[in-house]
Amino acid sequence: MSGNVKILTDRCDGCGACLAACPFSAISIVSDRAVIDAGLCNLCNACIESCPVQAIVPATIDTVSGGLGGYKGVWVFAENKNRHIRPVVFELLGKARQLAQDLDTYVGAVLLGCEVGQLADILIKRGADRVFMLDDPALKHFIAENYTWHIANLIVKYKPEIFLAGATTCGRSLVSRIAVRVKAGLTADCTALDIDAAKKILIQTRPAFGGNVMAQIISPDHRPQMATVRHKVMPESPFDGARTGEIVNVDPGSDYSEHRVKLLDFIAGQGVGVNLSEADIVVAGGRGIGSAGNFKVVEELARLLGAAVGASRAAVDAGWMPYAHQIGQTGQTVSPKIYIACGISGQIQHLVGMQSSKVIIAINKDPSAPIFKIADYGVVGDLFEVVPMLCRKLGKTAQ
Amino acid sequence: MPSDAQKMKVIVCIKQVPDTACVRIDPATNTLIREGVASIINPFDMYALETALQLRDRYEARTVAMTMGPPQAADALREALSMGIGEAVHITDRAFAGSDTWATSLVLACGIRKIGDCDLVVCGKQAADGDTAQVGPGIASHLDLPQATYVRKISGLRLEGDTRKIAVERLLEEGIERLELELPAVITVVKEIGEPRLPSLMGKMRARKQPVIVWNHDDLGLEENSVGLTGSLTRVVKIFTPPAKTGGKLLTGDPVDAVSELARVLKGLI
Repeated sequence: MSGNVKILTDRCDGCGACLAACPFSAISIVSDRAVIDAGLCNLCNACIESCPVQAIVPATIDTVSGGLGGYKGVWVFAENKNRHIRPVVFELLGKARQLAQDLDTYVGAVLLGCEVGQLADILIKRGADRVFMLDDPALKHFIAENYTWHIANLIVKYKPEIFLAGATTCGRSLVSRIAVRVKAGLTADCTALDIDAAKKILIQTRPAFGGNVMAQIISPDHRPQMATVRHKVMPESPFDGARTGEIVNVDPGSDYSEHRVKLLDFIAGQGVGVNLSEADIVVAGGRGIGSAGNFKVVEELARLLGAAVGASRAAVDAGWMPYAHQIGQTGQTVSPKIYIACGISGQIQHLVGMQSSKVIIAINKDPSAPIFKIADYGVVGDLFEVVPMLCRKLGKTAQ
Repeated sequence: MPSDAQKMKVIVCIKQVPDTACVRIDPATNTLIREGVASIINPFDMYALETALQLRDRYEARTVAMTMGPPQAADALREALSMGIGEAVHITDRAFAGSDTWATSLVLACGIRKIGDCDLVVCGKQAADGDTAQVGPGIASHLDLPQATYVRKISGLRLEGDTRKIAVERLLEEGIERLELELPAVITVVKEIGEPRLPSLMGKMRARKQPVIVWNHDDLGLEENSVGLTGSLTRVVKIFTPPAKTGGKLLTGDPVDAVSELARVLKGLI
């Protein structure tokens, strides 16, 4: 099987040449555009050559058919929103510099957006040698299909050997799509990346089974070697005002735009407040909090520490906190510098979402609660006594 | 009443995973004890099944549950049928063993193509054993379909002749994004989509009798070497258990002393 095809609706003029070429009558013309019936298509790719305007392209591109040799550079996806670069990008750049040094190559940053020129300079000062920039109104909002098309084209043209993205909702949705399109191996949610000194390949370490085991994964025969990286596990690259680099302005062209996806709107906040995955400190409450109103105890500690507020499944299911705050197996995974668990017993489903935090502090009145087994510091006591007392202590020093 | 051909078809991709609530670590060897661990439908896939059933309830959608997995994964499909899913497809073949997310999404994409006439593919946000969240978008990419990940709500559906669209709300880090997608499309869902319903007695009886469609690599038109370990682009080279936490410091005495100690620790860390 050779693979699925993709029709570029902007180029297709509905001439019907492909209808004759298709041995399976899988193509029809609807509203002056070719449409492929996936049920009838046998993936023979006969239509690709038949198209006089090159509007039919393979859905996946075998990028390594010409060998692995020409692949150079460690690339980082420069995720940005509202003209701000996500902090995880700086963590990626820090790691990319190390990897590039081991491989004797350059660090590239891929920057897509609208009016993002000034961000390119920041990326260079944070460690990028070359910034591949697509600055276009059509790329203002992240649409996975659009971004995939343009980044896959960049990969085919410039052949990076490694491609890293943050394990954010955006990063995960995007690179999973790109990896299939360029036929590259992809490892999710890595917590360590190293170069095998002898083979010069990327060793990707990631937790599996909720962090109970670690797996080391390689992509030996395909390029780029792609990985998403968990927040907060790698140090940010420092800002160096003297650093210089090259900005490669890439023309997005007019071949492609995604008509099938429309952004209706974005409703910020919804009570989430602080981004849980980007927070250095998370204060979370569980069943022991007892009511929605009592969560103010947790919120007050979070406010004093500049922390994000998390919740266990029990607290979310009871309706005390919105689902966006849920940490654990059916919620989010976080790995902050400090995790403070208040009234959380520590069911395995909760632990898998937070046990990679650097320092875990647990406050619980039950000394046999499983959370104490993984806590670096535990206080056995009533959280309604302990937490306000802690707030007073911290508040005093803050003044 | 829409005719059968007008009714939308929803395919749910599910995975059977070990129940992490039962996973234990052998303290002597520091490895996972897999024996005797029950298998369940991946928790996020339960929300995917619920999504399909809601669409059936509201729009008379035809529903199909599909899984790729060993023979015992048929149990997951029986459970889906007992919840009310219309049909079940089991993609099973020794050739699929060891598939990474690239190969898995290829196999599932081929299954979706073979089922045919699909309007919407629904997956859970991620699986509890691998946690990659890569298979849903991977399927979309193989089939070149639009995608919406982290969907917490289906806010609209239009099925009028050539206009077939779905509006969804995505739960992102800093808020809610609303997208409109042309169908067919792929969505992955989170918990807010709705609590999975329990199987009914009728459903359980029907699920016992109903045949499950079984396909192997030949049925999907896939070469043996394009799937499984040989068709995977990634290789696991080493599995190890992280060093077990050595146990922290438990502050048990007078709460006043404990809090002073904790405040001191916190100030040192910040």
